[in-house]
Amino acid sequence: MSTVPAPTQLVQEGRTRSLVDFYLTTMRTEVQLQFQYRAAIYMYLLGMVAEPVIYLVVWTTIAEQSGGTVGGLTTGELAAYYIVWTLVRNMNLVFTPYGWESRIREGKLSGQLLRPLHPIHYDIAEFAGGKFVWVLFYLPIAVVLTLVFHPTFDIRPLEVAVFAVAIWGAYLIRTFNQSSLGLITFWTTRVGALFQLYITLELLLSGRLVPLTLMPEWVQTVAWFLPFRWTFYFPIQTLVGDLSNEELLGGLAMQVFWIVVGIGVFSLVWRRAIRQYTAVGN
Amino acid sequence: MSEAAVRVEELRKVFDVPEREAGLRAATKSLVRRKTREVRAVDGISFEIAPAEIVGFLGPNGAGKTTTLKMLSGLLYPTGGEARVLGHVPSKRERDFLRRISLVMGNRNQLQWDLPALDSFELNRSIYRIPREDFFRARDEMIELLEIGDLVRKPVRQLSLGERMKVEIVGSLLHQPQVLFLDEPTIGLDVTMQKRIREFVAEYRQRHEATVMLTSHYMADVEALCERVIVIHHGRILFDGDLGALSDTVAAWKTIVVALENGARDLSAYGEVIHRDGDLVTLRVPKSETARVTARLLAEQEVLDLNVEDPPIEDVIELVFAREAAE
Repeated sequence: MSTVPAPTQLVQEGRTRSLVDFYLTTMRTEVQLQFQYRAAIYMYLLGMVAEPVIYLVVWTTIAEQSGGTVGGLTTGELAAYYIVWTLVRNMNLVFTPYGWESRIREGKLSGQLLRPLHPIHYDIAEFAGGKFVWVLFYLPIAVVLTLVFHPTFDIRPLEVAVFAVAIWGAYLIRTFNQSSLGLITFWTTRVGALFQLYITLELLLSGRLVPLTLMPEWVQTVAWFLPFRWTFYFPIQTLVGDLSNEELLGGLAMQVFWIVVGIGVFSLVWRRAIRQYTAVGN
Repeated sequence: MSEAAVRVEELRKVFDVPEREAGLRAATKSLVRRKTREVRAVDGISFEIAPAEIVGFLGPNGAGKTTTLKMLSGLLYPTGGEARVLGHVPSKRERDFLRRISLVMGNRNQLQWDLPALDSFELNRSIYRIPREDFFRARDEMIELLEIGDLVRKPVRQLSLGERMKVEIVGSLLHQPQVLFLDEPTIGLDVTMQKRIREFVAEYRQRHEATVMLTSHYMADVEALCERVIVIHHGRILFDGDLGALSDTVAAWKTIVVALENGARDLSAYGEVIHRDGDLVTLRVPKSETARVTARLLAEQEVLDLNVEDPPIEDVIELVFAREAAE
């Protein structure tokens, strides 16, 4: 008697339902994977916390020397800014252009191209799953930071709700921006230099290096028209700043705008890029 | 007549490969002017494969076999010509097409390295939208057939090459593809494992009436599974037909293995002695002479045993390439 399964007419489930199933399954798999590397996560988080703590120490020192505030921000507000910063940074970590570079140059993309689902879905789901673990591990660090730096928070329920949405908006904007950059590897196999330029612009124009209110007026104006602001400064400000309801919802609308632009650019580049794929190695 | 499962017409793939001499001077020159060389990996091939047919795709390294399979599975965009698989143009990579095919490459790992294969199977279920009931049935039956119940619970990185290949194949067939492209599925495996995988492929094909295109360096794979072979070299088809006919067309000789009571005798008068091992002598004789030489041997020598064999397929393929080089 043969034991290979008999042919069946596969019943296709609805597309939306199966996409949700895919996202949940991938996120669950990623959580399992991350739990296997507990020590690595803590090392990584400690490294990640170093960046905002350095900024925080520098700005707190400056604030204390200038009578308790800098650019209108108190030491407590600066502490709040950088503690939320760390959470936002964890949430907007994405699959980088370096990842695309490696997957294209070494032919690893082949396996994903054979699947009846665009690889970007896998990247989004995988990193989304990882966030649940990273944030879980971040919480004790946040408690320590709070005890050490005494942040001041004045939070309304709507701000919390907008924050919860905005961190995912920030995640999607960064995903599509960085993936579009990564696709350049289809033409040139080294995308590092461009990525460095992108990160420099992001550091200056997103509120990642310093709160944007500390930047010159013209930089703030330029930043408003670029996507970077909406991936760091806006989500942080929803909890730390004093935004009106219009500003909160307007910010979400700007995020939607940049997500749509990001998807558009990514799809356009992808359609041309995929013809260049040489599937080397594998 | 039913439509061909795979139809390829004048298919071509040309790669522009950067090229420069070694050394700093050449590197500096290449900054200003980059030289590329055109490599015709696949150079106008045409063939058809019927539904449920299994075809061996043979050729030396760099012949264009893998490039062809990659074009047929939608990974590579052809430079010219046309390919259709199950009525789809592969390079469009439509979801319906990708759900009905599978490309298994012996040297590639598609499973999550750090997790047990069962988790990767579950991921494939969600990617291919396989109804749970069908998924569990297909998965468990294949696990049982390949006897990998213990293996699928270990992280993939802890498996040996052969063990990994078995779980890899299960992962690639969970969605029950109608067309299978198998690129060196038994590479690096021991003989028992090769046999197990061959049997599994044969049974899968029979049960699912699946169309299979197989490349392999192991002729045992091809001989056991394929009646038809396509021989490709330098991107062009040298032979397309019955495996037996290939031997008849190209190799105009047979081998006679004869065991003598006194192996020391010189048999070169009967044919070309190609091997001698104690009392066992292997002769190569023209095909038309086989009957006469056999009769003479039996009459004139003290023969303990005698076997007339077709030449090994490796030798036949080698001859095809040699003949092409001479032309």
